[in-house]
Amino acid sequence: MSNEGGAAWVFGDNIDTDQLAPGSTLKSGIEITASHCLGSLNPDFAEAVQHGDFVVGGRNFGIGSSREQAAQALCHLGVAAVIAPSFGGIFYRNALNFGLLALVCPETGAITQGDRLTINPEKGSVHNLTRDETYTCETVPSHLLEIVNAGGLVPYLEANRR
Amino acid sequence: MGQTLAEKLIARAAGQDEVRPGETVTVRVDLAMMHDSGGPRRIGPILERLGAKVWDPDKVVLVSDHWVPAVDPQSAEILDITRRWARENNIKAFYDMVGICHVVLPQGGHLKPGMFVVGGDSHSTTGGAFGCYMFGVGSTDMAGVLVTGETWIRVPESIRIEWTGKLQPGVCAKDINLALCARLGLGGAEYRSVEYTGSLIADMDMEERMTLSNMAAELGAQAGLIAADETTCAWIKETGSDPGDTAPWQSDDDADYFATHTFDAGTLESQVAAPHSPANALPAGEHAGVKIDQAYIGACTGAKLADLRMAAEVLNGRQVASNTRLLVAPASHRDMRQANADGTLTKLMDAGAIMMPTGCGACAGFGGGILAEDEVCISSTSRNFQGRMGAQSSKVYLGSPYCVAAAAVAGEIRDPRDFLSEARKMSNAR
Repeated sequence: MSNEGGAAWVFGDNIDTDQLAPGSTLKSGIEITASHCLGSLNPDFAEAVQHGDFVVGGRNFGIGSSREQAAQALCHLGVAAVIAPSFGGIFYRNALNFGLLALVCPETGAITQGDRLTINPEKGSVHNLTRDETYTCETVPSHLLEIVNAGGLVPYLEANRR
Repeated sequence: MGQTLAEKLIARAAGQDEVRPGETVTVRVDLAMMHDSGGPRRIGPILERLGAKVWDPDKVVLVSDHWVPAVDPQSAEILDITRRWARENNIKAFYDMVGICHVVLPQGGHLKPGMFVVGGDSHSTTGGAFGCYMFGVGSTDMAGVLVTGETWIRVPESIRIEWTGKLQPGVCAKDINLALCARLGLGGAEYRSVEYTGSLIADMDMEERMTLSNMAAELGAQAGLIAADETTCAWIKETGSDPGDTAPWQSDDDADYFATHTFDAGTLESQVAAPHSPANALPAGEHAGVKIDQAYIGACTGAKLADLRMAAEVLNGRQVASNTRLLVAPASHRDMRQANADGTLTKLMDAGAIMMPTGCGACAGFGGGILAEDEVCISSTSRNFQGRMGAQSSKVYLGSPYCVAAAAVAGEIRDPRDFLSEARKMSNAR
């Protein structure tokens, strides 16, 4: 099997911030929080996810708290992008602020665990190498893509305040 | 075509005559509110890295409510960082351990109709009850606001949620929220701005309106607005602030809404949401008999003065069941003092309630009162996501303060109407 692209880690609807970043871990720093990320749904996730893999969710991914550790934990684990039909409004902003792409894609139901994916955020597409299918996703507005490409809001402000 | 309240509020902040849904605009921020968990401990290092100062310390409100009171070296350090940062950055509006941010903010007279406010917490939708635009952001977003005084927003479509008629005795704003979550679905508003209207809302006091706007977050709404009226102005004046002119901050008659949902309050029953989603709400009687270990009255959603009074009405002259514990963490010090002055606290404590410090407490699993494996809790808070209030296998049911108090007395979930006085059951207004 090809190792091109990244592996899909598939989760369901309404993945909330308590699953992404459990409250009890929040005073301990991102490494601890990340080690519990999505652990209640898939105990292997934090340990097995590889740099460049994708998290694929259902509707309302990241609903709940404003805690940005929910997005930061996925970044910390090396996740390349989160792909879902819709996102919690605050999670979406938090993801971009950490340089984590959040792609709105109505067709995530076609993706199964372990499928190899590549993305093209400029063109608005997700390619499923395993199934040889291409899904359409919304393009990210250009000025928000600038924030993502800078590595997040802080590096973006660093570069643009000089 | 006219504009909705949300569009008018965003347009003013963007310095434009009008905005339309879908466009992304840069807005000036009138007020930034943050707390100890997402605030200085995370934002301070970002400002240092950027070599930046707070753009306007007088437009920042800081509240220590999540890790209070400190229970270990980590929480003590978080609170210490918060206090030092407030001093070093000359933040005058710093509320340390005197209540939950969403309640302290309006009680301090910081919110006025027409304002554009960001809050470093998802329940920042609560501020929308005062006719201002307020929504939640994460810490990095907030750092951007503190550096520039600006942020961006994609203008949401608006949904109108109209409630007419009168609520039955023992039914309240929390029941409306749970019923809406069941009807529209968790996150069902999908980023749109919700506006609550109708004769029921017009008759509601500010605390109940705050409860409504609070759980716009669970609807997935970007904001939960209620246009300002005399009730709003009276509350703001009582805090010593000037509400200003509220006339501009009303939706136009010909404004365009994505959807309008109309409900009759008279047919609404007390609601209880089963684990692990607020959308699992059903009439309380459908969950009758579920045994509970802990009843929790707390949070910005469910422990304001009005909420404490609801619980006291059920608990008055009764006792918490054996093998059940009732914990009460008032939403603010002011609510606690007023509940003390009017005898509400006495009724709660005489019934066996255990009083906790004001703060976010067990709601998000940070403070005292968290749950052991397999324990069952009924809570007046807003979220019952798996593991949120403690152990992963614990189960949280959500209900109104009436429902929580009734379950505390019975040791199991019951319809709270069983515990209202005959006189109250006859009356048709809360």
